[in-house]
Amino acid sequence: MSPVLRLDTVTRVHGSGETEVQALRGISFSAHAGELVAVMGPSGSGKSTLLTIAGGLDSPTAGTVTVEGTDLGSLGQAGRARMRRTSIGYVFQGFNLVPALTAAENVALPRELDGESARRARAAALAALEEVGIADLADRFPDDMSGGQQQRVAIARAVVGSRRLILADEPTGALDSETGEEVLRLLRARCDAGAAGVLVTHEARHAAWADRVVFLRDGVVVDESGSAPVERLLDEEPAL
Amino acid sequence: MSVKLALLALLETEPMYGYQLRVEFEGRTGSTWPLNVGQVYTTLTRLERDGLVEPAAGDEQQDAGGQDEDGRSQQRYRLTDAGRDEVAAWFTTPVSRTQPARDELAIKVALAVTVPGVDVGTLIQRQRTASMAALQDYTRLKRRAGESDGDLAWSLVLDSLVFAAEAEIRWLDHCEARVRRAARERATTRPAAAEQQTARSQEAGR
Repeated sequence: MSPVLRLDTVTRVHGSGETEVQALRGISFSAHAGELVAVMGPSGSGKSTLLTIAGGLDSPTAGTVTVEGTDLGSLGQAGRARMRRTSIGYVFQGFNLVPALTAAENVALPRELDGESARRARAAALAALEEVGIADLADRFPDDMSGGQQQRVAIARAVVGSRRLILADEPTGALDSETGEEVLRLLRARCDAGAAGVLVTHEARHAAWADRVVFLRDGVVVDESGSAPVERLLDEEPAL
Repeated sequence: MSVKLALLALLETEPMYGYQLRVEFEGRTGSTWPLNVGQVYTTLTRLERDGLVEPAAGDEQQDAGGQDEDGRSQQRYRLTDAGRDEVAAWFTTPVSRTQPARDELAIKVALAVTVPGVDVGTLIQRQRTASMAALQDYTRLKRRAGESDGDLAWSLVLDSLVFAAEAEIRWLDHCEARVRRAARERATTRPAAAEQQTARSQEAGR
């Protein structure tokens, strides 16, 4: 099966000459449907650059990024923007909701921008809010919600419609540990339902929700950790 | 901690047989710390000697100290008043943090940075990958835990393992950063040392 997201020897250089910084050095990486991949690393390791490039918010200096079989580099500005509205969901640490819009309007926004009728966009938004468990808050404004509720709205916005790639940049950063866990449960559920997820985090406890954890150092993948299916874990005799 | 206090605490609910205590203990802690049934019986014998538990009334005449084929006591135990006090004291007193248990990983890293020829970076990286895999396993088990009271107990035990593994990974990240910084500092002082070395060998050659 072809991956939903594929980065092939991606390099990203910021600046040039003396001030040149290689944020990513030839990274290859992919995320398949049904899979949640965590990217861990200290600040400056390139993990946020990796996510912005995967989401088409930034372009690689060399290498290719493929989303749902489409090479982002082959698209123009408008084509990439369209990909972001239809195929890629982005969840930020700071939620990034529009304060003047209600929860439902925030979630419906990308659909409406994509030319869908207001009624249909709202219906899709309500379904997405339902999925993250806050259908009853549809007409609230972000300022009248807790951080955890706002992040749920942001997740609903990232998954609304049929987007299969969810990119999350420290989505639990501003939340307490239990609320943060709820957010991960939602991301996990979405991936279990067939989406591909990439989670950037510096917290091991959150990365542990992923199927694979990729460790980044200075723009290169230094290690990867997967784990045995839980069935096998339970069948094993406890070590005495 | 001895299993003594855990068994006493379980008997607070109702009188129980030895095997039943084992099942209850493992049910609540998810078999994280397997209890050997022999250990349960020895502990019960000691607790009875110390006056903290006693055979439950009604079981005495019936079994009259009878034993099963394994020689195990077939009676139920219940708490005495002294036993009940002991349980209450346990739950109201913080666990004491005396001398830290010997931590193989901390000792290994401490030795790795001092013994010549050890690749500390690789050591840390391998350990982190292994700890991460364990953390992923605990998290998967946690996702399976449901909402009942027994599941809550187990889920909290898993959380404890999760937080401990997380702390270990954070500590490893910290070690890695410090080791790298130390290596950079050595690298900046080394050229000077190397020059001295060359000067000295030239001197000797003359």
